[in-house]
Amino acid sequence: MASHGIRDRVAIVGMGCTPFIENWSKGLDDLMIDAANDAYASAGVTKDDIDAYWFGTAQSAMSGIPLARALQLQNKPVTRVENYCATGSEALRQAAYAVASGAYDLVMVVGAEKVKDTGYQGLNAFPIANDGTARTLTAAAMFSMIVPAYGHKFGVDDDTMRSVLTHIAAKNHYNGARNSRAQFRKEISAEQIEKAPKMAGTLGVFDCAGVADGSAAAIVCRAEDAHKYTDKPIYVKALSFVAGNGSGLIDPAYDYTTFPEIAACAVDAYAQAGVTNAREQVAMAEVHDCFTPTELVLMEDLQFSERGTAWQDVLDGLFDLGGELPVNPDGGLKSFGHPVGASGLRMMFEAFLQLRGEAPEERTISSLAAGRKLALTHNLGGYPGEMVSFISLLGAELD
Amino acid sequence: MRGIISWGAYLPYRRLDRSQISAFIGQGGGRGTRTVASFDEDTTTMGVEAARLAMRGINPSTQPGPDTLIFGTALPAYADRSNATAIHAALRLAAGVAAFDMGSSVGSATAALRMGLTSGGSQLVVLSDMRTGLAGSADEAAGGDGASAFVLGDGDAVVAEYLGSASFTEEFLDRWRAPGEIRSKVWDDKFSEVTYVKAGRSAYASALAATGLEAGQVDLVAVAAPTARIGSALAGKLGAVKVVDDLTATVGATGAAQPGLVLANALEQAEPGQVIALVVCADGAEVIFLRATDALASFSPARSIETQLASGAPLAYGRFLSWRGMINVEPPRRPEPARPSGTAAFRSGDWKFGFVGSRDTTDGMVFMPPSRVSFDGTRTDEMEAAPMADVVGTIATFTVDRLAYSPSPPIVFAVVDFDGGGRLPIELTDTDADEVAIGGRVEMTFRRLFTADGIHNYFWKGKLIRG
Repeated sequence: MASHGIRDRVAIVGMGCTPFIENWSKGLDDLMIDAANDAYASAGVTKDDIDAYWFGTAQSAMSGIPLARALQLQNKPVTRVENYCATGSEALRQAAYAVASGAYDLVMVVGAEKVKDTGYQGLNAFPIANDGTARTLTAAAMFSMIVPAYGHKFGVDDDTMRSVLTHIAAKNHYNGARNSRAQFRKEISAEQIEKAPKMAGTLGVFDCAGVADGSAAAIVCRAEDAHKYTDKPIYVKALSFVAGNGSGLIDPAYDYTTFPEIAACAVDAYAQAGVTNAREQVAMAEVHDCFTPTELVLMEDLQFSERGTAWQDVLDGLFDLGGELPVNPDGGLKSFGHPVGASGLRMMFEAFLQLRGEAPEERTISSLAAGRKLALTHNLGGYPGEMVSFISLLGAELD
Repeated sequence: MRGIISWGAYLPYRRLDRSQISAFIGQGGGRGTRTVASFDEDTTTMGVEAARLAMRGINPSTQPGPDTLIFGTALPAYADRSNATAIHAALRLAAGVAAFDMGSSVGSATAALRMGLTSGGSQLVVLSDMRTGLAGSADEAAGGDGASAFVLGDGDAVVAEYLGSASFTEEFLDRWRAPGEIRSKVWDDKFSEVTYVKAGRSAYASALAATGLEAGQVDLVAVAAPTARIGSALAGKLGAVKVVDDLTATVGATGAAQPGLVLANALEQAEPGQVIALVVCADGAEVIFLRATDALASFSPARSIETQLASGAPLAYGRFLSWRGMINVEPPRRPEPARPSGTAAFRSGDWKFGFVGSRDTTDGMVFMPPSRVSFDGTRTDEMEAAPMADVVGTIATFTVDRLAYSPSPPIVFAVVDFDGGGRLPIELTDTDADEVAIGGRVEMTFRRLFTADGIHNYFWKGKLIRG
């Protein structure tokens, strides 16, 4: 299998990101318009300069028309993209390949989701006709099954597991408290986290990502053209995607302590970017912390920690804002909520800010100054045993 | 020799202590307990469970399976379409095996037993019922839920030989209910008692005459009646050596299921050679005489009534009322499930109803649901059927979902690894949140997951193996 990647062939030259909130006053169109206009301004281009659009939304709209109508695009190609919760990332991946192919010079990616118009809690997939035998658990419940499995396999007792998950939640809320675009902008104490009502398994409210409306956008061009638009382009080092085949749901060998799709995706992404030691080389990671145990396992699948040791690294503060390898410095899904089509681009927006040195001082990471050069974004969709995985690696310098 | 070849009795796991009723609602109740079908059970699913137990008692290598399935209930899950076909599918009976419903009254449903015994061929008779009533009513407290099933046929495997039967048919109004209503209304209790005792004694005398037996030659008499009082009043007048417990104190009066359950209770304690009388009071009376054969000595039911009586768990009356639709409980704020697709369900019938996965003929990998393509993706359509309904498994990991939609939240859910291969993440039922643990052992049970647009969504769940 070949995965050649497009290292240093494509650059992100502008981005926009709305606040992610329960936005009762703005609809999908408003969110997309706001994010797109921010991105145009960021790259110093106009609507007419963009050759083609990719529109990521999981279930707020269908086809390219809603974006074309909202922005009043004039005879532009617009591709609507859906790939579970990795929808926003996938939209950027497709746009980047289109640019790399030479088909277009300058393209825009818009990810958006209007979640809070359903009246229900959490995210709810629209029903596809089926035989009635598919499980109907919430995502919280599916991911909560990691907790007993991980503790059981690696000999981590229940109290310690709780402390690890609490540390992850508190860290992400600490970071989110320093981000004006975040949905939740308060630090949350360990006591608050642990006393919160239980949602599924041992997971409480603060172990779960919130639900929010939002949109984010990126403008992409070939690397050699990047400086036409900005002095600080961000180069794509790797774009990797794996769609799981659901093997974990049927294979007793799968033990719910890892996400094999993500481990495979990481191997591919690091190969594309030439990363040989992720723990040492990656400066920051925006990862899909839909639930606290998800982030724990991701630290191992992304090769930041050895198997069975991420819980210790979490407790040691390795991934804290001031740690060697800050994870979710923007606050993550935990603080932002998860407007599905937008989240992957929101992650890239934080990498864009940090790599360009534009993050506010109170959440500027120190690992870049210490010489690390790469930002990673990781976006997943689905559940343990059956998921899609996206990983990007981004850098401010050409290799 | 024609008679009963095998039987199965199914009592749902939950028990309502009748003393809770008056404490809660200020009237009704009484002493003892009644069985309660779970929120995910109906007469069809309980019928499947009883029939599975009965089918375990026959040896497929020496005995032909049934040629006809007859399902009797006074509370059918569907009208206008058969319910027996769902049982037929869950048991994976051949398409050539006929499947019919009988009902929708206790008397008509239980006639399946006599008709099977007096006809030819091999029948699987399944009797199932849920007894309903308004909160605080006599029917609510005295009723019970359960199912029984009998394999009837000819030959040396018969454990109870059919000797003869008699009827006493009478039109009188002791209880009535318009189709679709949740309760029956009753006439005067004393009138019912007097009329049933007379009908029962008449039928019993006719049956004695038909078989040439004396009253004192009947070793065990089992009476199924609308109320415990009618049953005991009649049983005491029949002159049999022993009256079998009619289960009304522990299980309740289970309507169409009851004749089968009391007969099963009699068979569990009968000795070879003993004569058993079954008396059914419903719109008159039916009496059936059987004699236990030598084959009974070597037969043990797959799961005895005694075992099931000992293993139930209590259910709070408030939860009972919500399961029965008598009170509405706030559901989780999540979308209710969409109706299952009739065509998709038809295509996957073996999986949905029979719980049949596929097994790779090369590497033995088991797929649930079945797959056409091998685990490594290299081969297509090299699979054989992997029936998993009777395979047990072990919990690999688990959770309790307090947010997902369920008719009775929270959902207890586990990843189950089956003995001999195969994994399925699946909901557990009859299992409390604090009982589930890694390593727990699980068996499968046929349930109704939910009903949407009037379509009952039948599929399988796991439950902890107890006892």
